[in-house]
Amino acid sequence: MEDTSKSTNLDGAPKPHWDPYLSGVALGLVLLATFLIFGRGLGASGAITRTTAWVTSWFAPTWVANNGHLGGYFAPGAHWWDDWLVFEVVGVLLGGLFGGLTSGRMKVEVEGGPRIKPRTRLVLSVVGGLIVGFGARLAMGCTSGQALTGGATLALGSWAFMMAVFGGAYGLSYFVRRLWT
Amino acid sequence: MMPLLPSPWISYALAVISGFFFGFVLERAGFGSSRKLAAQFYFKDMTVLKVMFTAIVTAMLGLTLLMSVGLVNFDNIYVNPTYLLPQTLGGLIFGVGFVVGGYCPGTSMVAAVTGKLDAVGFLLGTAGGVLVYSAVFPLIEGFATQGGERLLLTDWLGLPHGVVAVLVTLMALGMFAGGEYLERRLGRKASPAVPPAQPAERTEVLGGASS
Repeated sequence: MEDTSKSTNLDGAPKPHWDPYLSGVALGLVLLATFLIFGRGLGASGAITRTTAWVTSWFAPTWVANNGHLGGYFAPGAHWWDDWLVFEVVGVLLGGLFGGLTSGRMKVEVEGGPRIKPRTRLVLSVVGGLIVGFGARLAMGCTSGQALTGGATLALGSWAFMMAVFGGAYGLSYFVRRLWT
Repeated sequence: MMPLLPSPWISYALAVISGFFFGFVLERAGFGSSRKLAAQFYFKDMTVLKVMFTAIVTAMLGLTLLMSVGLVNFDNIYVNPTYLLPQTLGGLIFGVGFVVGGYCPGTSMVAAVTGKLDAVGFLLGTAGGVLVYSAVFPLIEGFATQGGERLLLTDWLGLPHGVVAVLVTLMALGMFAGGEYLERRLGRKASPAVPPAQPAERTEVLGGASS
């Protein structure tokens, strides 16, 4: 797959990844810091929801404003961007970019399993995103906002979510093994 | 007494900085790669499990410790309200999308900014999923909004916070041991480049324990 995709490696050989347990401690300390400073943890999907609502409002302002799920962001006095998560996600994009630039892992490519064509992988990444987007809204959060954050505060529903995520993924993994193995 | 709860604009500036570290650590952990993330679901690379549960345990133990010495007021910490059925069904759907798409929302952002075009596709798909959910929300509102209590594992188990924290830590350690074992058994198959030249040395160290 790497051979067929256009790639521009800005650096030589990429730096190795951090040890998983050290990465986990680092991530846990970032999470702990947000609890101690802001009283809340990390997130990701909430910012995608707000940004999606904003972009959709350019094309269908009435629909968004009247929608039971998104309308609240456009109520009088509310702003789509007026949330901690939106700013945090700007940082995630910058931090990820900085990480890629300093590790030599900046590479324009379509990444996927060894048996899958780039075009198929692209289509399935969109399909997977659709399913994840729907699931994250139903669960009111994703692996960041529910599993990590809710997990660390011992929230019962977040633990149910986390177990269900692994259950859903492991349950389907055998049937989609051609995508990854 | 923590949390400090700074004013909105100071909060927003600090949020960007927190997010920066979050994104940076995700990249360093290797979470900008869909293949690495998906390998978790084939027991070949248990990095997702290790990073996630080490992070949860680190933050949980930190909070528990600071609460016990009175430095943190847990009432001022946001705890995700529990909507048991929507969160369980949402999690199952999310897991299916995770193994099909190869990312979750946060990791797809890191992958997208490091050039992974499949991550850009995933993010666009996620936005589409948000819109589909919003469109059908009126039909499923009754189901999707049932619950909303502040419920903790401590309420469910009827045990004190500290005890549950220890139990979660022990569970995580058990999963790490299992993960290491599975990686040794299944992960090596993916990379036959590892030569069987080491067993002699290993036998010496481990006293003949099978690998």
